[in-house]
Amino acid sequence: MIVEPRFTDDISDLPSFKFGPSSLTWWGIIGFMVIEGAFFMLAFAAYFFLMGHEQGWPPEARQAPDLLAGTLFTIIIIGSEVVNTAIKKAARARDVPTIRRLLPVMVVVGILLIVIRGFEFNSLNCRWTDDAYSSIVWAILLLHATHLITDWGDTVVLTGLMYTPVAYEGRRLVDVDENSLYWRYVWLLWIPVYLLIYWVPRL
Amino acid sequence: MTTRADGLPGFAEQRIPEQVREEDERLARERKQIARDGPKLKGAKLEARLERTWRRPTGIIGWLATVDHKEIGRRYIITALIFLALGGVLALAMRTQLARPDSNLISASRYNELFTMHGSTMMFLFAVPVMEGIAVYIIPLMLGTRSTAFPRLNAFSYFMYLFGGLMLWIAFVLNVGPDIGWFAYTPLSGPQFSPGKRADVWAQMITFTEVAALAAAVVLVTTILKTRAPGMTLARMPLFAWAMLVVGVMIIFSMPSVALASGMLISDRLVGTNFFNAYEHGDALLWQHLFWFFGHPEVYIIFLPATGFVSVITETFCRRPVFAHTVVVLALISTGILAFGLWVHHMFATGLPRVGYSFYTSASMTVAIPTGLQIFCWLATMWEGRPRLAVPMLYVIGFIITFVIGGLTGVIIAAVPLDLQLHDTYFIVAHFHYVLIGGAVFPLLGIITYWYPKITGRMMSDTLGKIGFWMLFLGFQLAFFPMHFSGLLGMPRRVYTYPAGLGLELPNLLSTIGAFVVAGAVVIFVINGIVSLYRGAIAGPNPWDAASLEWATSSPPPVYNFAHIPVVETNTPLWDNRGELPVVTGLRVDEKEMLLTTVVAATPDLREPLPAASLWPFISACAVGIVFVTSIFSPWALAFGLLPIAIALTAWFWPKELKRTPEPVIQ
Repeated sequence: MIVEPRFTDDISDLPSFKFGPSSLTWWGIIGFMVIEGAFFMLAFAAYFFLMGHEQGWPPEARQAPDLLAGTLFTIIIIGSEVVNTAIKKAARARDVPTIRRLLPVMVVVGILLIVIRGFEFNSLNCRWTDDAYSSIVWAILLLHATHLITDWGDTVVLTGLMYTPVAYEGRRLVDVDENSLYWRYVWLLWIPVYLLIYWVPRL
Repeated sequence: MTTRADGLPGFAEQRIPEQVREEDERLARERKQIARDGPKLKGAKLEARLERTWRRPTGIIGWLATVDHKEIGRRYIITALIFLALGGVLALAMRTQLARPDSNLISASRYNELFTMHGSTMMFLFAVPVMEGIAVYIIPLMLGTRSTAFPRLNAFSYFMYLFGGLMLWIAFVLNVGPDIGWFAYTPLSGPQFSPGKRADVWAQMITFTEVAALAAAVVLVTTILKTRAPGMTLARMPLFAWAMLVVGVMIIFSMPSVALASGMLISDRLVGTNFFNAYEHGDALLWQHLFWFFGHPEVYIIFLPATGFVSVITETFCRRPVFAHTVVVLALISTGILAFGLWVHHMFATGLPRVGYSFYTSASMTVAIPTGLQIFCWLATMWEGRPRLAVPMLYVIGFIITFVIGGLTGVIIAAVPLDLQLHDTYFIVAHFHYVLIGGAVFPLLGIITYWYPKITGRMMSDTLGKIGFWMLFLGFQLAFFPMHFSGLLGMPRRVYTYPAGLGLELPNLLSTIGAFVVAGAVVIFVINGIVSLYRGAIAGPNPWDAASLEWATSSPPPVYNFAHIPVVETNTPLWDNRGELPVVTGLRVDEKEMLLTTVVAATPDLREPLPAASLWPFISACAVGIVFVTSIFSPWALAFGLLPIAIALTAWFWPKELKRTPEPVIQ
């Protein structure tokens, strides 16, 4: 038979949300970051594996990608961290008006970056069908584009949600906090991708 | 720092509009009215209220919408066992073909399909999912909590797995099943040598099952780290939970590799990339590296949960805690790490630098050390304890004997010269069936017998269980031991027949007879499972007198698992609290709520609302599934499919009522 309960503590006074590693959301986000990070690391490994077979990099008859679009992208995405940090701080301070003002800025920045990403594909100086070099460069850029579009979609939905009365709920503010954390990851991962695509072929 | 009046500790009081502040105060007052479990609300009255709150809608909608980890876990287990049976039927077909030399029963190309389907089904649709399914069912009960973390993601994971399995088997029935081996080596699987859609079906099945496994891994890792009962520190955590924690992390690091590889393969085939195309400077070996960087950890992803089962059974049936608990935990972790340094030993025959040979040989031998340590710990537990030879314990003994044989052949083929000799022969087939069936399926059947009363409320028949065990154990040895000899005689794998007069007739005939004995044992196990559902003795909460928390609730457990959340003070809570179980109280009873604790010390941390049943995980899985299947035929499917997926996922997360509530709820 089931043993009788012996009552010890009462936990009804515990909070129903916290920022950071106490929350389940944080662990879920970290889990998916590690998964995506593993995808990127393996794609980088494939890049160097294929590079090891070649005499030159890019292989003969190919030109390294043009720098303009990718560098512009890099500057904007790193600059966006200023707004992103402001949003993160506002979430932790329950400063909903600031969040409502700044989240749309991130949505617009996201659109701008996605457009530039289109130009980046165009400035690779190769098509994915050309050779293995072209395939892996396209794949890595596409992987990061997926990353970018996913987070943008997430930010759009969150922005909509923050214009409703539930914006003042603690758990929604945790969502804002985690969305900012994720955006940091998107641009941090971009830095090695940028170096790999644009600068390793120029070494 | 504000007081808890607004329920939002830690926020400065600035910049909150007056209207919001008033609402905060109103909600704080309402919060005090919420009914919670405790000395005043307990027993039958509490159980009735929790039942009302936690039960899912009835009917087909409720069936598709459920987020109850027990229901999802059960479905995972049953689906995986059906795939086991299907994969087994394929094995019987192959053994029938190989019973006699120069047999024409099955054509060479059909035989290629059979071994591909057998391997793919067993690895991707049976072995990993069944372990995850059992964990999804039992881990929250073992940890003393009411649900897994992210229950909707859990439901989504199951549907993705189901759709992937259905796609593969429907394709097989329609004669577009893959025929490229479960490892799908390029260039054989590439566009040049595998025209048609067979290889694409394989690649997309991988995508389905990897999405499912990764989702389930995130669910399990978070559940194990954040939802343990108060007091269940990492040091007191049951060994099965430790095994699943290590496995979850391994899945997270290894499965992206095969998903990336299969993505590259399908894009080589579909849109003309050149990752594996040697003519355009691609490399077929890139495939092998990516595949085995997943494929080797995969073996341990299947084996480590089974070691968790063995620890659980050994503890209960030897009536004492597992010897050297800490050593077993360290062995699990080091196996998990070493598993990532072995993949190249599958590629010895491809030609490697000398240093590569030495490194991967020594790494492959090293991984035997932690596994050996675990085996000695179990033997010491039996030596020190008072073993009861019930059916689950028989399976543990069968496991130790069989797995040690398979482990030893593993250590010897880590040596490159021998591996080059035996590569692609039946010796390897014997080796990995010894470690996979002996190492994983034996403990699995033991643990199903062990947890069956918890899941169904009834005991399995002991007599049928013992007959089944002996048939399986002896039939297995008969089927697979002769394969060592056919391998040493040079019989290659994956070849549909062999000529007479090479001495291969006897070992092959014995293997075939053994295979049918194994099939008979499985049929007896299934009959036992079905008959016991109706005729088995009523189990009661703790029929084996076990020590862990899943036995502290009734069998089968109520939908909310525990009326009060238990508190853990030792490694073996139910043996050390015979009279009464300490509990914490204060979770609400009118909505679904669970308790989160800190990662290491498991002190109470947060109260967490749980999502209501929802159809959106199912709809999202359908939307993703349609994209995966149609993308076999056109890359545009990815573009067109994005919108439905985005809509489904948004609807999944969007609150159904946009007004604030005294406590958070997820509708």
